[in-house]
Amino acid sequence: MKVKMLSRNPDNYVRETKLDLQRVPRNYDPTLHPFEVPREYMRALNATKLERVFAKPFLASLDGHRDGVNCLAKHPKSLATVLSGACDGEVRIWNLTKRKCIRALQAHEGFVRGICTRFCGTSFFTVGDDKTVKQWKMDGPGFGEEEEPLHTILGKTVYTGIDHHWKEAVFATCGQQVDIWDEQRTNPICSMTWGFDSISSVKFNPIETFLLGSCASDRNIVLYDMRQATPLKKVILDMRTNTICWNPMEAFIFTAANEDYNLYTFDMRALDTPVMVHMDHVSAVLDVDYSPTGKEFVSASFDKSIRIFPVDKGRSREVYHTKRMQHVICVKWTSDSKYIMCGSDEMNIRLWKANASEKLGVLTSREKAAKDYNQKLKEKFQHHPHIKRIARHRHLPKSIYSQIQEQRIMREARRRKYVLGHLTLSQYSFLTSLSQLTKNKQTKNLPFKGIVYVLLSPLEVFLKTSLGFFLFPVKRGEQ
Amino acid sequence: MSALRAEESLLALRQQEELEDLPKEYPLSTSEDEGDSDGERKHQKLLEAISSLDGKNRRKLAERSEASLKVSEFNVSSEGSGEKLVLSDLLEPGKTSSSLATVKKQLNRVKSKKTVELPLNKEEVERIHREVAFNKTSQALSKWDPIVLKNRQAEQLVFPLKKEQSAFAPIEHVLSGWKARTPMEQEIFNLLHKNKQPVTDPLLTPVEKASLRAMSLEEAKMRRAELQRARALQSYYEARARREKKIKSKKYHKVLKKGKAKKALKEFEKLQKVSPSAALEELEKIEKARMMERMSLKHQNSGKWAKSKAIMAKYDLEARQALQEQLARNKELTQKLQAASKSEEEEEGAEEEDELLVPDAVNEVRMNADGPNPWMLRNGPSEAEEVDIQKDPEQPPEPVAHEASESEGEENPVAEEEMLLKELEERRSLRKKPGLNQDAKPVGRRETKDSSSQEVLSELRALSQKLNKENHRSTKQKVSSARTVLPVQREEAADEEEEPMLLQRPERARTLDELEELGREGCFQDKEHPRPAVNGQWLERKPNNQPSAPKEKPKKEQMIDLQNLLSTKSPSVKSLAVPTTVEEWEDEEEKDQRQMIKEAFAGDDVIRDFLKEKREAVEASKPKDVDLTLPGWGEWGGVGLMPSAKKRRRFLIKIPEGPPRKDKNLPNVIINEKRNIHAAAHQVRVLPYPFTHHQQFERTIQTPIGFTWNTQRAFQKLTTPKVVTKPGHIIKPIKAEDVGYRSSSRSDLSVVQRNPKRLSIRHKKQLKKNSAD
Repeated sequence: MKVKMLSRNPDNYVRETKLDLQRVPRNYDPTLHPFEVPREYMRALNATKLERVFAKPFLASLDGHRDGVNCLAKHPKSLATVLSGACDGEVRIWNLTKRKCIRALQAHEGFVRGICTRFCGTSFFTVGDDKTVKQWKMDGPGFGEEEEPLHTILGKTVYTGIDHHWKEAVFATCGQQVDIWDEQRTNPICSMTWGFDSISSVKFNPIETFLLGSCASDRNIVLYDMRQATPLKKVILDMRTNTICWNPMEAFIFTAANEDYNLYTFDMRALDTPVMVHMDHVSAVLDVDYSPTGKEFVSASFDKSIRIFPVDKGRSREVYHTKRMQHVICVKWTSDSKYIMCGSDEMNIRLWKANASEKLGVLTSREKAAKDYNQKLKEKFQHHPHIKRIARHRHLPKSIYSQIQEQRIMREARRRKYVLGHLTLSQYSFLTSLSQLTKNKQTKNLPFKGIVYVLLSPLEVFLKTSLGFFLFPVKRGEQ
Repeated sequence: MSALRAEESLLALRQQEELEDLPKEYPLSTSEDEGDSDGERKHQKLLEAISSLDGKNRRKLAERSEASLKVSEFNVSSEGSGEKLVLSDLLEPGKTSSSLATVKKQLNRVKSKKTVELPLNKEEVERIHREVAFNKTSQALSKWDPIVLKNRQAEQLVFPLKKEQSAFAPIEHVLSGWKARTPMEQEIFNLLHKNKQPVTDPLLTPVEKASLRAMSLEEAKMRRAELQRARALQSYYEARARREKKIKSKKYHKVLKKGKAKKALKEFEKLQKVSPSAALEELEKIEKARMMERMSLKHQNSGKWAKSKAIMAKYDLEARQALQEQLARNKELTQKLQAASKSEEEEEGAEEEDELLVPDAVNEVRMNADGPNPWMLRNGPSEAEEVDIQKDPEQPPEPVAHEASESEGEENPVAEEEMLLKELEERRSLRKKPGLNQDAKPVGRRETKDSSSQEVLSELRALSQKLNKENHRSTKQKVSSARTVLPVQREEAADEEEEPMLLQRPERARTLDELEELGREGCFQDKEHPRPAVNGQWLERKPNNQPSAPKEKPKKEQMIDLQNLLSTKSPSVKSLAVPTTVEEWEDEEEKDQRQMIKEAFAGDDVIRDFLKEKREAVEASKPKDVDLTLPGWGEWGGVGLMPSAKKRRRFLIKIPEGPPRKDKNLPNVIINEKRNIHAAAHQVRVLPYPFTHHQQFERTIQTPIGFTWNTQRAFQKLTTPKVVTKPGHIIKPIKAEDVGYRSSSRSDLSVVQRNPKRLSIRHKKQLKKNSAD
């Protein structure tokens, strides 16, 4: 006979070091842990509520400019450094960790229209209303030295925007035309035009670096190929596009910030229809910037708010505003994808968290686990009405709120008009051609081509209604 | 050819000697006096003609130039004065001249060609350029499609995408840029310098460096792979050995041992042949082992185990066998090693002799065994036989049990029919008892069984007849009950015969008719009628339930009711729902529509599905009884024991029937009564986007993800965030090199450059260099 003995292995219950957690034996028998769905639902509800409670996105305001902030630029190598150009021609370099301005220089007379950093982070370029392009060193001048640009290019017309190539010593400016410059030369390598209106911004594609996109005030967005020195394609929208931004993870996707309150995400290979229309702003969208993960973007609007949109959603997931923030002119998402900066009319640069309720600083592993779990719970139950309501709730300034209401009413009216038109048509066709429909020869008159309505016998109509459906379309190949 | 032509031209020249023909090349000669130069010129022409015979100078001859002589009326040239100019001479050469022919040909060719198209205007050209460039660029961009798709669908994305490789710098490199600053550091460095220790450069001696370099990466890799393989093999063998060791089967080990012994013997023999000395050594070893064994008393019967076995041997067959084995082994070991040449018989004899040497304990056992248990002495097989013999008297009951189980086995699959048969059989056997039973029993049940099986057959026949009668009666009843409905139905059926939209109806009527007929005939033919599935369900069900027909009758009638309800109502419904346009339906176009409806409803029986659904819904909503019986409470419990019927009855709590369903009287409607208004506020109303069926969504909701319900690992897996970023790290845009693509550069540009002038050569070079970097 075989005797089985109880044996205990200390490895199973003794921890190796003092620092280890005690092993807790658990029984995962589902009968011991009932009501899993209601419990998780409650957890999700609590997590959502806590998220709203802890949603304090505003971090800091960097003040120092003496005029509205017109443009912002990220430092390519340093997360803590930000450059900003103001409407009085002043450029300031900020340290975000100290939240202080570390350098200020009078770059131009009149507006600083555009600012961009070189890919190596050693210098930056500015363009201004004084028809000049200037290259500056990133480090300030030594003691006793004059603050002077490395190079100055005097142009014939005003430059309204500038962007630097991501790999090469080439930059592009825009104004009357798009010029591609070599850093070493005072004449553009090539200039490209398509149409005659002034171009407001130009952006290099960060992945396929020879591609450029620009938007002009004649409502179009033009794409260029730098290698071929030719424009590629143009798309004309209903209203002017203020700026575009390329997705840093998807080479052919870009988003355009439009004056008609919307943002349009395009696939540059198929410009006929936008991939997604992002609505929520109630005034012109002035700037847009992608998160470096390519999953979301932030947009700044004339309606004194900034919004964060997921790339694949038509509605924003977040809106930031403060009482004192005026029209937001420029916005940038920092390269660690944690923060958002926006520069606005009232001379301030504001620093926000990209996730409003995120805890800053180092998290312990348990905190991290709890955070992940809560996130997943929120995702899982996001469609439940109560949770959805809480998660969506935002307090908005009265102006924006009333604007939203107004626009909703307008949209509703438009929709009703459209849909009712359709409805009457279908009703009409249904009523008038009860018998004719069955002949299925005059399909041209039907509201939808290619679909033949099959009218059932009265008996079956009754049955089908009792079962929940009435008419059903049958597609026919030959129609 | 050229020579021929030259000759020709020469001839022509001679003919036209008179004509003034002064080549440009000789202006000097022309300026001279004509009278003198005449002979000279002719001479020169001749020379030229001759020199052109080799075909080089032919062209010059063809050339003519205006004479630059001063021509006056007084001074008429005497050239060609001797010859007459004929008109035909002037006309002729136009045709024959070969050079003119070629010109003509060219002219023709030019004429035959169409005019060159006008160049496109600038806009058009630009548009074409743009289009070509756009297509190229889109193609180039399409290479990103799979990566974009992958990233969009990824479970988790970790940013930055490219992991920064921690740079390994040798310590001397790190140190070279470092200076001692604090006084203490300086002091230490001073000390080190004094002692001439290597401070910055080579911390490693050359030998060490060489050893570092000695093994190239590939070598190291190979070596590592080898080591890995060896380790894997070792672990594999270890695992195998462990596994084999764990095998408990004695037989296996016996076989294994035997095999080993055989192998050893073989090897030994081989060794003997090859090297006798080694064999001798082996032999010695074996001998030594044997001696050790002899000394160690391991296989004597003096051990604890052996003693216990000796005690058990009385009662236990296995123990006995084990003991015997042990003894045999002992014998084997303690035996003096015999030469291999000895025959088996002798060995056997030796064994017999050795039996005398068996230790006392065993003998004792044998002594004990002798008394009460005479078969204790025997070996295994004989014992087994004996057991068989012993069991023989017990055998008769076995078949009985067997039979019983068989009958049970039969009973299970077969329906109630069989039960009835069994009953009948028993009754019969009871009846027959006085006659057959007494002498039939001792012989064995087999025969009885055979006979009974025969009887079963006959009984079956009788029973089936009986059943048929019953069935006949029941069908008659049904038919009569159906007949009450039938008149109405028939009329409608007649109506509907024109309308094939409801396929069931006419056939149903027919089946009823047939049933009636069947009833009249009194034979049991339902099985032979392969009725399509469209027919009324109760008919289909009937053959299965036939034996218990009388019991099920009320139920069936209910079913009929239900069926009737729907099928009879539908026409009335029709009359209700028929709009005023009914007349229009009777057109010839009806056929069209019928066809269409047929197509639309091909293979779906809506009514039946609906009925089924409703029945299920009703069943599901019925309150269920609660069974509170605890098996084993107050009585014996165990496997296969059921609590008594009385107890079950006592502890079964019957739930009172709830209020009648709202859709009880609405045959065409299912009203869901489960919907809770209060809960509805918390429930999702519309199926969210990525889900296609509500079941999918429900499943995702119902699987918990928390640590309460999942193991640690599963919990971690379930809660992995979709996007992970490292704090403080710059996330750069995705690069072609990161995902294994070649970054597109200027070199793969094959489209025509439109304004290459503006790109200076120096520039192009520089750009190329940059892009190559």
